[in-house]
Amino acid sequence: MTQNSLGDSAVQKVVQAQNNGVSASATQTQPLWLLAEVTYRCPLHCAFCYNPTDYDKHTKNELSTEQWIQALRDARKLGAIQLGISGGEPLLRDDIEDIVIEAKKLGYYSNLITSGVGLTEKRIQAFKEGGLDHIQLSMHDITEEINNFITNTKTFELKKKVAAMIKSHGYPMVLNVVIHRYNIGHMKEILEMAEALGADYIELANTQYYGWSLVNRSQLMPTKEQVDEAERITNEYRAKVNGKMKIFFVVPDYFAQRPKKCMNGWGEVFMIVTANGDVLPCHSARSLPNMQFPNVKDSDLGWSWKDSPAFNQYRGDSWMKEPCRSCSEKENDLGGCRCQTFLLTGDAEAADPVCSKSPHRHLIDQAILDAQNPQIQAQPIVFRNDKNSKKIIEGELQERLSAFNALP
Amino acid sequence: MQNTIQPSDVYAIAMHHRFQWEEAQQCYVILFPEGMVKLNGGAGEVLKRINGQASVADIVADLKTTFPDAPNIEADILGMFDLAVGKAWLRKV
Repeated sequence: MTQNSLGDSAVQKVVQAQNNGVSASATQTQPLWLLAEVTYRCPLHCAFCYNPTDYDKHTKNELSTEQWIQALRDARKLGAIQLGISGGEPLLRDDIEDIVIEAKKLGYYSNLITSGVGLTEKRIQAFKEGGLDHIQLSMHDITEEINNFITNTKTFELKKKVAAMIKSHGYPMVLNVVIHRYNIGHMKEILEMAEALGADYIELANTQYYGWSLVNRSQLMPTKEQVDEAERITNEYRAKVNGKMKIFFVVPDYFAQRPKKCMNGWGEVFMIVTANGDVLPCHSARSLPNMQFPNVKDSDLGWSWKDSPAFNQYRGDSWMKEPCRSCSEKENDLGGCRCQTFLLTGDAEAADPVCSKSPHRHLIDQAILDAQNPQIQAQPIVFRNDKNSKKIIEGELQERLSAFNALP
Repeated sequence: MQNTIQPSDVYAIAMHHRFQWEEAQQCYVILFPEGMVKLNGGAGEVLKRINGQASVADIVADLKTTFPDAPNIEADILGMFDLAVGKAWLRKV
């Protein structure tokens, strides 16, 4: 799955919503959004997947149905409302129906985030009856060639069938398309396809570089000119459809001057429970050094959220160093993303290197240049699959990982 | 935009949206794909009366009875309808 689809944009939308003038005073210490990464197993092998590159460690110790149901109950008590059921491919578990029923009972607004592989008439019927609120389907391109290339699977025709199935069951059509070098030139066609499929929402999520997408950064990153053009086409299309299809364009931070307010702040509104039960404030947090994240198998979820050292480590701004500490804009972005900062600079408390005030901005500029370097571009894509994950765990592929200060 | 809301109009919560009370936040919320909005007290009072049967006039009358001391309540209610329709939280029945 994409980090964009799951985290930042969703949280940004929550916050936008809170700022529209009708909100009550925002309660910033409740995990409004719970992401259940129920499995890291996946039939697709997307080059841009944000999942940890060592995910293979967590494919045989997944939480049981009962443990998931308990986690949903506990998170609901803490104030969680929006539930994302994600992965990997969540449909590889056969208990998603049970999870959906429990989510409905508890009052969650639930969302299945899927590649569509494994969605059958029988299962979608059960989800509908169980009370699943919506399904977010990932699409990759208008061409079979690019779809099959970037996912390293033959899934193009299947995705179109699944889209029709989602529509025919009365679900809103929510599409997510991760944008990268290989499809950024097809923006108009992708939007036309979405409209033709009857999409109610489409998220055009520019790749952010975590997990597998960081390993493949030079192979995926488009140019700034391409991003600008994609945004222009998107804005034009948005004006044309005039609200009939909601279009979100998630801007890539590498081409910006200021970092994103990652997760709307560490431990502010977003909580992830991973396949093996780790409780995280963001998708990539396990790449940070000297951190012990709680696990639902042995820690109370309320303690994990409110009191655990890990969730308090980067709450607020007291952890900041210069140039963030005295920066007049620090509340806008809270210094950016801790994981990106550590992976690229080796110092988790530094300013996000995306920021033009960061002494590490040159790392981002170099990455942008590298992505246009024909020799670097020519390195093969490391697809997200069990074999490559095992290799990475065993210390292979060093030439692709040595620039980063932890396993992405 | 307020003239788009007529007293005889009847609204329901829009498709794919859900309106509910949240105990942990002590407020009503409206939920939809990829987002949610916490509603303040007044907005919640208006939206909880929208049921696909009561007209705008019915809801105004009901709220006037419930909150007899609130000044300019009718304009506030119509403003709330206007905003909720603009945000596509409501559909006309």
